Amino acid sequence: MAIHSNVTSVTLDEIKHLVSDRALSGETMLLNMGPQHPSTHGVLRLLLELDGETIINCIPDVGFLHTGIEKSMEGKTYQQVEVMTDRIDYLNTVGNNLAYCLAVEKLVDLDVPLRAQAIRVILAELQRIASHLIWLATQALDLAAQSVFLYCFREREQILDIFELVSGQRMMTTYIRPGGVWRDLPEEFESAVRDFLKSFPKRITMYEKLLTKNPLFIDRTKGIAAISGEEATRWGMTGPSLRGSGVDYDLRKVSPYSGYEQYDFDVPLGENGDVFSRYVIRVQEMRESLRIIEQALDKLPGGPFRSENRKFVPPPRSELGTSMEALIHHFKLWTEGFEAPAGAVYVPVSSPRGELGVYLESDGSPKPYRVHWRTPSYANLQAMPILSKGHFVADLVAIIGSIDIVLGDIDR
Amino acid sequence: MNQHLEKAVKNIQKEYQAESRSFRDQISLSLDPDQIVEACRTLRDDFGFGILVDETAVDYWGRKEPRFEIIYQLHCREQNSRLFLRTAVSEEQPRLPSITAVYPNANWYEREIWDLFGIQFEGHPDLRRLLLPKDWEGHPLRKDQPIKVEETSFSFNYKDIDSRKPRVKR
Repeated sequence: MAIHSNVTSVTLDEIKHLVSDRALSGETMLLNMGPQHPSTHGVLRLLLELDGETIINCIPDVGFLHTGIEKSMEGKTYQQVEVMTDRIDYLNTVGNNLAYCLAVEKLVDLDVPLRAQAIRVILAELQRIASHLIWLATQALDLAAQSVFLYCFREREQILDIFELVSGQRMMTTYIRPGGVWRDLPEEFESAVRDFLKSFPKRITMYEKLLTKNPLFIDRTKGIAAISGEEATRWGMTGPSLRGSGVDYDLRKVSPYSGYEQYDFDVPLGENGDVFSRYVIRVQEMRESLRIIEQALDKLPGGPFRSENRKFVPPPRSELGTSMEALIHHFKLWTEGFEAPAGAVYVPVSSPRGELGVYLESDGSPKPYRVHWRTPSYANLQAMPILSKGHFVADLVAIIGSIDIVLGDIDR
Repeated sequence: MNQHLEKAVKNIQKEYQAESRSFRDQISLSLDPDQIVEACRTLRDDFGFGILVDETAVDYWGRKEPRFEIIYQLHCREQNSRLFLRTAVSEEQPRLPSITAVYPNANWYEREIWDLFGIQFEGHPDLRRLLLPKDWEGHPLRKDQPIKVEETSFSFNYKDIDSRKPRVKR
């Protein structure tokens, strides 16, 4: 009884233990959703067991986007790995760079200048807004609110322009480097960010006007996929999906990194843990991110933008013509790379989707021995069967959107 | 290291004769594979480590015996303490008990480890490959699997091309 004739797809025999007995007798229906489906937000396949319209079981099938990136990273030096980190979660590229760089810095015990830390915070928060915008756009689109989609992409464009300004790239920035950032901020940066800070709060209000009291949106989201804080914790959910259930846990508050402790911001908490709560949280988080960016920009420290430790950070171009040491460091760093002491570290950061952690193990050579990415989408998607049980197929679209998964992040 | 973590580490060390290691303020305890479920349960119930943050493996092929190490990361949210547990399994018998009964979200992590490292978990409810197709041969994150599998073939002779693929059988 193969569901597909294709050898690589799952047969009923293999998933017998996951579906109810009624599926075996043919009383309930097994339906395949994805991997090519507009609302699975990537190549995600969900095998659904349905009783009429009601979902009895949901079995996620992932791996369609598996690139073996962890294996590839083992063959590259610490600086080269950096470039691949962007590609894991393409909506949180700066956050991935940040997590990786913090891990490398912890491994080699490298200090980062204050200016670089503040720049990192500004960009990471801009990235959070950009990611939440994509989430809002697609969630609204899935629930048939097309105009929100267009507006969100318009605002995201502004953020991508800022990224292009600082790094030359719109998405795959690779701007944050071990020891600091790639180059200093351009002159136009401050005014570009200030423009955004000025215009964006009004836009958030507009999104809220379009959605928060929209009866169609409320009907599709309120009371859907409610999960309690304990259950969400038990399934390892993090980020807005967890905070929607009222659990006060944000890594920026509990174990601050990159100087987050200096900024004054709130962690919005939801009440019901349903799709609507998660929506409210994320919109609120965009406002909080604006607050952080504004504070970081106001007291942006001067000084160097990357560490002066030449063992790990390349010397500036201008020194190469005059200093022998600089030339040696440059050559060593870009051919052999730097050696990290043997040991293992794990560094978590708060990505737009939840706890993003990098486990980095070194054997003393210039290449990482093992890199493991503890990605938030992966952990959150695991709760999908719990979230979707008992809901209608039509609601599944809203539920997938509400946990904000990125398939590149899951399959790695 | 906060007091809570210190207490938990001392207790586990005493109870299971675990060896503790610290690197950059991160504590890891080495346990035997058959102690891991009990240790996790103790840590969850008595010390509030309610969350399994991550579970992964490392392959020390040709460097260390036993060959594989599984790394569990537990988190206590109330005290904000993180603890790493490590356990080693050998190449000949790459199997150990599953902790899915203690932490349900270990399910996918263990499936991923089985998929990419070929380590089996006893008592796991659904030990299928997670990321790779089910007919894939080998476990790619093992160190004896080459990073670069294929060289570019300038040929349409598929027999010739296939013969150059070292580990993927078609």
